[in-house]
Amino acid sequence: MNHLFMPRNAVVVVLLLLLAALPLYASLAGNPFLVTLFTRILILAMAATSLNFILGYGGMVSFGHAVYLGIGGYAVGILAFEGVTSGFVQWPLAIIACALFALAVGALSLRTRGVYFIMITLAFAQLIYYFGVGLDRYGADDGLSIRQRSAFAGPIDLSNRTQFYYLCLLLLIATIYVTWHLVNSRFGMVLQGSRSNDRRMRAIGFPTFRYRLTGFVIAGAICGLAGALLANHTGFISPATMHWTRSGDLIVMVVLGGMASSFGPLFGAVVLLTLEEALPLAIRTLATPLFGDVAVRMGEYWQILLGPLFLLVVLFARGGIDGLLAGSRRD
Amino acid sequence: MKQLLMGTVALVALGVAPAAAQQPVKIGFISTFSGPTAVIGNDMRNSFEIALDHLGRKMAGKPVEVVYEDDQQKPEVGVQKSQKLVESDKVDFVVGFIWSNVLLASLKPIVDSQTFLISANAGPSQIAGEQCSPFFFSTSWQNDQTPQAMGEYMNQKGVKTAFLMGPNYAAGKDMLTGVRFTFKGQVVGEELTRWPDQLDFSTELSKVRAAKPDSVFVFYPGAAGVQFLTQYVQSGLKGQIPLYTAFTIDETTLPLQKDLALGVPGAQEWVNDLPNEANRKFVADYRAKHQKGPSFYGAQSYDAANLVNSAVVAVNGDLNKKDAVRDTMRKADYASVRGPYKYGNNHFPIQNFYLQDVVKDAGGNLALKTVTTIVKDSQDKFHDRCTMKW
Amino acid sequence: MLLFLEQCLNGLQFGLLLFLLAAGLTLVFGIMDLVNLAHGSLYMMGAYFAATFTAWTDSFVAGALLALLATLLLGMILEVVALRPLYGRDHLDHVLGTFGLILFFNELVRIVWGPAGLSLPLPTGLIYPVELLPGLFYPTYRIVIIVVALVVALFLYVLVMHTRLGMLIRAGASNREMTGALGININLLYTLVFGLGAALAGLAGLMQAPILTVQIGMGENILILAFVVIIIGGIGSIRGAFIAAVLVGLIDTVGRAFLPDLLRLVLSSRGASTVAPAMSSMMIYLLMAIVLVLRPEGLFPASGK
Repeated sequence: MNHLFMPRNAVVVVLLLLLAALPLYASLAGNPFLVTLFTRILILAMAATSLNFILGYGGMVSFGHAVYLGIGGYAVGILAFEGVTSGFVQWPLAIIACALFALAVGALSLRTRGVYFIMITLAFAQLIYYFGVGLDRYGADDGLSIRQRSAFAGPIDLSNRTQFYYLCLLLLIATIYVTWHLVNSRFGMVLQGSRSNDRRMRAIGFPTFRYRLTGFVIAGAICGLAGALLANHTGFISPATMHWTRSGDLIVMVVLGGMASSFGPLFGAVVLLTLEEALPLAIRTLATPLFGDVAVRMGEYWQILLGPLFLLVVLFARGGIDGLLAGSRRD
Repeated sequence: MKQLLMGTVALVALGVAPAAAQQPVKIGFISTFSGPTAVIGNDMRNSFEIALDHLGRKMAGKPVEVVYEDDQQKPEVGVQKSQKLVESDKVDFVVGFIWSNVLLASLKPIVDSQTFLISANAGPSQIAGEQCSPFFFSTSWQNDQTPQAMGEYMNQKGVKTAFLMGPNYAAGKDMLTGVRFTFKGQVVGEELTRWPDQLDFSTELSKVRAAKPDSVFVFYPGAAGVQFLTQYVQSGLKGQIPLYTAFTIDETTLPLQKDLALGVPGAQEWVNDLPNEANRKFVADYRAKHQKGPSFYGAQSYDAANLVNSAVVAVNGDLNKKDAVRDTMRKADYASVRGPYKYGNNHFPIQNFYLQDVVKDAGGNLALKTVTTIVKDSQDKFHDRCTMKW
Repeated sequence: MLLFLEQCLNGLQFGLLLFLLAAGLTLVFGIMDLVNLAHGSLYMMGAYFAATFTAWTDSFVAGALLALLATLLLGMILEVVALRPLYGRDHLDHVLGTFGLILFFNELVRIVWGPAGLSLPLPTGLIYPVELLPGLFYPTYRIVIIVVALVVALFLYVLVMHTRLGMLIRAGASNREMTGALGININLLYTLVFGLGAALAGLAGLMQAPILTVQIGMGENILILAFVVIIIGGIGSIRGAFIAAVLVGLIDTVGRAFLPDLLRLVLSSRGASTVAPAMSSMMIYLLMAIVLVLRPEGLFPASGK
């Protein structure tokens, strides 16, 4: 019983309620931009959750996960450019393309471990990034504008800001649920076991390579869907979405939020993306009594705190935000 | 009771009326304020600020508020900042845009929200043609026009063969197309280099040397222009093959290029010594405030401020009258620092282009001077692809 | 023919610059097993220091030497203060921690030097080209880069192969615990090695500064190439880094030089210009992927365990 009323679970419930109520608040406050901002957070949280599945639980540190955001986005963008605007065609194609690419990359990369795995996923990511840069017809480096959102049947209208927001929220929750279900199934146990001690798992008789590859493909496919959402949201896709530094951002979200936890990636996404506003504010508030007007300028340099913050999290707060909230009892 | 009511109404009316008059004119300004090309963004911001100072920081009696946003030279950042300006800051005008690719990415969110977009630099061919919008205006030029003028000049100089180089993004491609359109000689080579991170042109310059052209035309804005020129000199090509440029040498790059830029011509719609009163005042005040001269980026931003002002004044501050705002802007009825010009159907200027050269002035300092008018009343060649008629 | 030679020189110069960066990285990775993403930041600091000191002293050489010293010191301080706790930890921890350092350095540079970047002009004597062969002109400064890098490569070779310090470095790369058990002051060794790596990165940064750039984040693009080089060459092997760096430099440059013309046979001129540089970049990553799949320890691995 105590288990259920942990501070972390309370935070999760409150956060979900706030997210559900956001569009209402935004329209009351007359600030529709909040919905735009949080839609982006939800989509990136979905991508981070998919990464957490293989990174946090499976121990596969993929530095090329942002590629799936790109492939999913380009699937939507290229099809829209060529006149195919139906979401029923675009989104499944996005997912399938990502699954196939993950299958190919995983089949080759999962033979390696440790830093070699990191580097090879990076290599494939850069391969695709430069491939995108070479796509002359689809804008190359300048990117591709996506003139209209994916069209679905009936009352579903993605250009309605609120509808789109709730769709993203729904898909995020679905992703978290699917991940949780998979992790707590036999499949997930094998995955986690493989992270701790692959040899032992194989000795018991599990074909761990197949399990890890499957996990890798699932994560890629989900991230591809997130990519399709992101392309719809921004109305624009370019190779920059796939650059290795964007994969780095996703990894940061996962680790900061708490690896191997269901809601960690969501925490990470919310914190990282709101830190952009929150840290300058915090600096200004704290520094004004001491430094007066200069505090505003000091607030502009908030990123200098971000770097050491990561280092500290890595050194001392291994469980990330989720770990801090859950205390020593983590599931 | 009736007195109380009347009193309350009067109080409320008094309270409301001044508030309406004080609704500021909100302008969003998107440019690059970080990285090596921040010098351009700062020039634009300085010039915009001087324009506002000249206007007394008011338009039609209303105070002006500017929100400056940094696009970091990246299209996807430009899109996000545009969305923010339009949805969160709810600006009445969005001004700026150095880079054509950033502009192309950001166009949709701005014009879809029926906010006026005034480009003070970028002029991609798509927006002059099929993607033209009633909410878009340019106070600069269309990308092809300037190199077209340079192509004309190269013809006038009797140049027979040319090698073309530029960066591989929307504007770079437009520039090289522009030269090809007017240049009557033979193009013996064309290289598009990776943008913005390729600053090492040794590979391409080796090809130039091997091709042995009569001339080289380049377009490399900002820091790339500095590095290109430096490497052009280092490879020994400067003495051997004359260089013709567009947007590669200007007041922001000259301090770093120094003597390397001597004698290299460029085409421009504005040079700092154009003889009209508005320009004299602008350049003098800018020099007094910043100890250096403004660049064409700044001149175009100065004009953008005045274009906006002419419209706000015409509707007496009531910016909901979007059609009236547009009609006024179409007249281009303000004192532009390049001299008077007209708008084409696609809201791009029809204007003169001049030849600028780098010389040493009386004090031994490097300066940019107008040499001659290359072409008068030039209109871009994409205007018939734009379906707007007025 | 002359064009081909010239392009090869271009590729060699780029490859040698990469080598300087990769050498430090492979030393640190090989000996301390530390994945240091902040290596690119040290490259950036070298360039910024050089630009600043050259402006103060009005001499390129003095500025460069001071910058080298400053980067060396910075590297050693960084190792003691921020990196020691990371030794022995998971590679992911290294990646994250040093990623945080990248953010820190970028912001620090922005605060101290502003967001616009600096410029470092070439000393006048080095501006004009030199005629290497009849008809083959090459920029003097790039020859200087090639010569300096080769001298440094030779110095590293002598250091690693023929000095006591080099012996300790090789021992540490082969078997860390034994070396420690033999009574060597491992902490000091690590700090010195890291400082050396930092100085090499700083040297690369300051040398490219006059012809390329001094700006925030300049290390990130080239860092990834340096990692590719050390993976292909073999972690911990300076010889491997040298060969792999020159190979990568040549592929990239010769690819950029001759691919567009090859592609123009099948694509439009514009298309060729867009696809060619992308293809030559892809080739490098493809090479790394192939090496990782077939021979993960690299082409010239450091002495095996």
